[in-house]
Amino acid sequence: MSKLQVSVYRYNPESDDAPWMQDFEIDTQGRDLMVLNVLQMIKEQDSSLVYRASCREGVCGSDGMNMNGRNGLSCVTPLSQVVKNDRLVLRPLPGLPVIRDLIIDMSLFYKQYERIHPYLQNDERPPSTERLQSPEDRDKLDGLYECILCACCSTSCPSFWWNPDKFVGPAGLLQAYRFLADSRDTHTRERLAELDDPFSVFRCRGIMNCVNVCPKGLNPTRAIGKIREMLVSHTA
Amino acid sequence: MVSSIFNPGRNGVSDWLIQRVSAVVLGLYTLFLLAWFLFNPSPDYYAWAGLFGSFWMKAFTLLALLSIAAHAWVGLWTVATDYIKPAAVRNGFVMFIILALFVFVVWGVQVIWGV
Repeated sequence: MSKLQVSVYRYNPESDDAPWMQDFEIDTQGRDLMVLNVLQMIKEQDSSLVYRASCREGVCGSDGMNMNGRNGLSCVTPLSQVVKNDRLVLRPLPGLPVIRDLIIDMSLFYKQYERIHPYLQNDERPPSTERLQSPEDRDKLDGLYECILCACCSTSCPSFWWNPDKFVGPAGLLQAYRFLADSRDTHTRERLAELDDPFSVFRCRGIMNCVNVCPKGLNPTRAIGKIREMLVSHTA
Repeated sequence: MVSSIFNPGRNGVSDWLIQRVSAVVLGLYTLFLLAWFLFNPSPDYYAWAGLFGSFWMKAFTLLALLSIAAHAWVGLWTVATDYIKPAAVRNGFVMFIILALFVFVVWGVQVIWGV
């Protein structure tokens, strides 16, 4: 694997009537580069290509994209993991509007995130130091707090594609459960009351695309199951 | 919060429970019928009449029929809200489904209790 054929989704709403695919040939010199490195090499060939990237080590969550049909972070995805027959197809994350090339408009994604009140809510008087938690209660947040909001999961979810304005989506629901599970949060009842309609949580059909693509190895489907259990036990 | 008019439970939790409970009922009914066919490989009129003539079988079949209606109502309402975006078309489709299920239930009741 040295010459890599890369096909990149291009769309500039100011000059293009429709999106199109541009082909590039990249010489990897046999190295197993990250997909982001390939994008940087393409940018040297054609500086008009735009994409988001920042930390280049899977921490910031900026460079989520669709690589050979699979969502992931380009900076931590080695070519050996996605490339087949020396061919790589790069597209923006599916299901959200494209601003330009590989950059999507994440407003709806953030709107759903905002809806679940992603911050600690506690009506009790603050103690003089900090609110303490037992090690067991702290353990409940493992697998939840690590989410970097890259949107790989929500944009791989058909339920989010069909109802991005009503279904919170796996990323938002993972965070919803992160605060429902937090022993220091006292707004459990209010949080659940905002999620008991047929769309917000229950549009999840458990197909687990979110689990399949999460670059941090998290499990939103399990968190959604826990929210369902809480909803049933609090409502019944 | 999203309001919804045509789902049976009017709320995600009850819709979800309706679908799960009705699925269990339908599963049990299917298993029962399969077992019955195992013991009656080629049933004649008297075997059928004997089975469906008993009160508990009528009640069980009615329960299964109502479960099908509830299960299909939740399921098809969900499919409609996923795939049919124009509200007028979607509501028309769901009303047609509800009417069809109602007809099936009434017809089914007539068949079951007519034995």
